[in-house]
Amino acid sequence: MNTLEQLAHGFAVAFTPVNLLWCLLGTTLGTAIGVLPGLGPALTIALLLPITYQVAPEASFILFAGIYYGAMYGGSTTSILLNTPGESATIVTALEGNKMARSGRGGAALATSAIGSFVAGTLGTLGVAFLAPVVVKFALAFGPAEYFSLMVLAFITVSAVLGSSSVRGLTSLFAGFVIGMIGVDLQTGQPRFTFGTTELLDGVDVIIAAVGLFAVGETLYMASRRYAGKDEIVPLKGSLYMTAAEWGRSWKAWLRGAAIGFPIGAMPAGGAEIPTFLSYAVEKKLSNHKEEFGTVGAIEGVAGPEAANNASAAGVLVPMLTLGLPTSATAAIMLSAFQSYGINPGPLLLTTQANLVWGLIASLFIANIILVILNLPLIGLWVRLLKIPAPQLYAGILVFATVGTYGISQSPIDLVILYLLGAAGFLMRRFDFPTAPVIIGMILGPLAETQFRRAMTISNGDWSVFYKHPLSLTLLTLAFIGLVGPHIWSFIEHRRRRGPEHVPGDA
Amino acid sequence: MSTINHPTPPLRLAMPELLVGIGLLACAGAVAWQTLAIPVSPLYSKVGPTVFPYLTMVGLVVLSLLLILAAFRGGWQPEEEKETPTDWKAMGFVVIGLLANLLLIRPLGFTAASVIMFVLVCYGFGSKHTLRDALTGLVLALAAYFGFARALGVNIGAGFIENQLNTVIDAIAGAFGA
Repeated sequence: MNTLEQLAHGFAVAFTPVNLLWCLLGTTLGTAIGVLPGLGPALTIALLLPITYQVAPEASFILFAGIYYGAMYGGSTTSILLNTPGESATIVTALEGNKMARSGRGGAALATSAIGSFVAGTLGTLGVAFLAPVVVKFALAFGPAEYFSLMVLAFITVSAVLGSSSVRGLTSLFAGFVIGMIGVDLQTGQPRFTFGTTELLDGVDVIIAAVGLFAVGETLYMASRRYAGKDEIVPLKGSLYMTAAEWGRSWKAWLRGAAIGFPIGAMPAGGAEIPTFLSYAVEKKLSNHKEEFGTVGAIEGVAGPEAANNASAAGVLVPMLTLGLPTSATAAIMLSAFQSYGINPGPLLLTTQANLVWGLIASLFIANIILVILNLPLIGLWVRLLKIPAPQLYAGILVFATVGTYGISQSPIDLVILYLLGAAGFLMRRFDFPTAPVIIGMILGPLAETQFRRAMTISNGDWSVFYKHPLSLTLLTLAFIGLVGPHIWSFIEHRRRRGPEHVPGDA
Repeated sequence: MSTINHPTPPLRLAMPELLVGIGLLACAGAVAWQTLAIPVSPLYSKVGPTVFPYLTMVGLVVLSLLLILAAFRGGWQPEEEKETPTDWKAMGFVVIGLLANLLLIRPLGFTAASVIMFVLVCYGFGSKHTLRDALTGLVLALAAYFGFARALGVNIGAGFIENQLNTVIDAIAGAFGA
């Protein structure tokens, strides 16, 4: 309807010199942390959360969104040249991309991933602009019971359906619930899980949780794994230009990847792993060059998953902006940034914060253009970043972890909590527990509890509200299928063929 | 998609996984203990502050029992994870670095404590150039202090290094101002 009008207004916000600078800063920083193994957008945005006390919401969300998109671009560079996925969403890119780099076609792999990211990112952002108002119309009809059921569905999909094990995923989620409940209960004023200490009354800051799990835990894990094989950086050979044949093989894969990635990202399920794996499977099936898959590297196997990854990253913004429902660790931390401004993301956000939302969406288009420039002509710069030796890289990460944590209240207690969470993060990494559900559970758990209590108050304590409302019942049924379905499926598969495949997945 | 990743016949008890399961059960116990400690006002008896803690506790107990069951069935660790030995020495140095940071950040200030942590962590990761690491750590910590923390308006306190530098900066600023 008036989406284009709104979008034009958004560009007016995003095109102010200051906001363009924030966008440039965010995309540059995002590419850098995407390239560096061990650093991700969730950790970076968490460390930068204090900026919300300094600048206008438009500026910080343009910065955060730039980091978010930039990390997706940067992550593929690491996957292709180092075979160590810089981001979990680029695991699949490493499969074919690194093979291509090894057979001297690294340039083409980088080009197809950057241009594919641009195409899919732009399509995905268009999708956000046009889908968000539609979702809002639906969401306005949601009552507390529906919201609660929707959150239950999101909990199940992010923890139980994605990843290698539903039990371990749910364990992470429940651990997140516990962390989220620490502190004073906002409705009754009762302290919960504080172990009688005053330091825990304010709860555990999301910065500490994210930094502990992602920075300290990761560093401990990398230190413990020093005996594991090391990956070599493949020197960048060949031109960055793709031949006509490579273009011909790429563009369909980009569009298919975007078509797979965006809807999955936009569903209240989120996660970039599933669409990338799906896109990889589709490209492998449709390719005329099947012999290149897994041997010299097939360009479709890079183009499709990279496009899927970026389109789903855009899609995740739809439930985030319209329903206040974060489905990835990064989105959860962005939600806490909204909370820090006292803004509640939800159906009203598009009208009450039109400047912010449309400025953000417009800045994403600009970010995509900046990113394709940063990641193609300037690729040599990022390759150099890969040469930072591991000891100094991880020691440096810990220094920044200290700044972020100790800066909150100059309390050594915060550092103690940080290190305890770091130890937990190490164990989770070591025993293959996903870490993203912890952050999602911690942020979304209290919101789900609020909706639950609201629904129960309205219904006068009658539990039937959750299954008497048809929409709520549908959502809960979907959640149940999501929880039980894969087990039944794998049981049937198990009967036919032995051994379910082990799918790698982490935060 | 299931926890039974090893359909290979010899289903042996996996000790590390069992410990993880028992540890989680202990955490569920702590949650139970803290839930019972939440004072409930009769005014909020309908859906009070304890409903979600109880649900979470039940969830954690069920999940830890499932994990213990999986441990009895041979555990879930991928083979390559089990085959790589843990580098305890490297981890030890990282932990010592973190503890040093925790203990020294108050008395010495952020920069000094960070340099010590930086050197210890680098050493743990196998760096042999301790002096160079100390200089790198100093530059990085100062960059973090003056760039990151100042720009974000975060106050991370000041130790002797920061105080000296702040005095110098103020002096220079004063000289230019005058």
